[in-house]
Amino acid sequence: MYTQALNTAEADDRGLEDAAKAAQFQARIDAEERIEPNDWMPGAYRKTLTRQISQHAHSEIVGMLPEGNWITRAPTLRRKAALLAKVQDECGHGLYLYAAAETLGSSREELVDAMLAGKAKYSSIFNYPTLTWADIGTIGWLVDGAAIMNQIPLCRCSYGPYARAMIRVCKEESFHQRQGYEIMLTLCRGSDEQKAMAQDALNRWWWPVLMMFGPPDATSQHSDTSTKWKIKRFSNDELRQKFVDATVPQAQYLGLTIPDPGMTQDADGHWRYSEIDWTEFKQVLAGNGPCNRDRMAARRKAHAEGAWVREAAAAYAAKRAQRQTAQAAE
Amino acid sequence: MSTPNTPLWEVFIRSRNGLAHKHVGSLHASDATMALQAARDIYTRRGEGLSIWVVPSSAITASDPAEKAMMFEPAESKIYRHPTFYEVPEEVGHM
Repeated sequence: MYTQALNTAEADDRGLEDAAKAAQFQARIDAEERIEPNDWMPGAYRKTLTRQISQHAHSEIVGMLPEGNWITRAPTLRRKAALLAKVQDECGHGLYLYAAAETLGSSREELVDAMLAGKAKYSSIFNYPTLTWADIGTIGWLVDGAAIMNQIPLCRCSYGPYARAMIRVCKEESFHQRQGYEIMLTLCRGSDEQKAMAQDALNRWWWPVLMMFGPPDATSQHSDTSTKWKIKRFSNDELRQKFVDATVPQAQYLGLTIPDPGMTQDADGHWRYSEIDWTEFKQVLAGNGPCNRDRMAARRKAHAEGAWVREAAAAYAAKRAQRQTAQAAE
Repeated sequence: MSTPNTPLWEVFIRSRNGLAHKHVGSLHASDATMALQAARDIYTRRGEGLSIWVVPSSAITASDPAEKAMMFEPAESKIYRHPTFYEVPEEVGHM
């Protein structure tokens, strides 16, 4: 999902650590106890979570860009206020998540720098462009819908601070999906051109959204330890299937066609989708998606242009602290 | 000169009058005024609170989780501190 690039095997350094402590740790996990920041944890657990949570945070922040693109062009004041609130929420989600990641021992500055340097990833989905207003509806409906599917089980993740951040995020995410679906509904009940715009957006976003859940289980190397540590509670394919099953009836209600002619419903009621083009996914992750360069350039520009604010705030705080010390000495 | 890392603050919010402030998360800010404003924006976008406290994280002293068994043992063994330890005949009614 927001941590797709995690699917590379992590160097296993657990052998160097106290085996008894590791066994005790696993027993706590198995007993559904939450792990808290100052508790002992295996180095690989700390490393995996730092990467996962910070990548999730980066995704929230980069995710503001495709939608921010439409704030000034929203069709009505109501839509504009809602979109503005949604983009603010994404920023808030990024901040909750950075704070959770920092409890594992990295500073905010290190985490942000890793992203700006291109060393840390963010979700592939935000490297696609938002060409029309219907894309904003589709993002809320499908991208946020997929995110909810992924984030609900994370509310029970073994790491306390991550689980608590996810609970807050999930509460707010529901508004995002509903406002997106409402945009789609309005377009689909509008003129032929509006409905065609909605269909076009669905056509472009459907497959990238399915890719959000990450590589198929058969090729994912990372899931085993994440499952054992109860960071991950469902496999990529399980979550993807749940999402497809939930989404097909919603598309039918809108009168839109899922761009997968090979899709069939099996006897159990599950909607079986066609093969996903994983080469496209790999290309986007490798930096060759339609907007990768734009997104990175926008983040670096925003960070550079904010430098004077950080410097001024630090200088002001230092001056005030100095004055207080001087007054106390008088 | 490089800018120092921005300090970390813990945020506590009182949701309604009469309830205690509760820890809701943390944030970075260079001073207390900015920490309060950031806390308002990050943690109360939907009317979650009527009062905010921000505390520098560095000012918090925490107990050591590795010593929790010893730390909390005195309370564990004193079951007579709970009302259910004492027997009151049913005829006496609720007490």
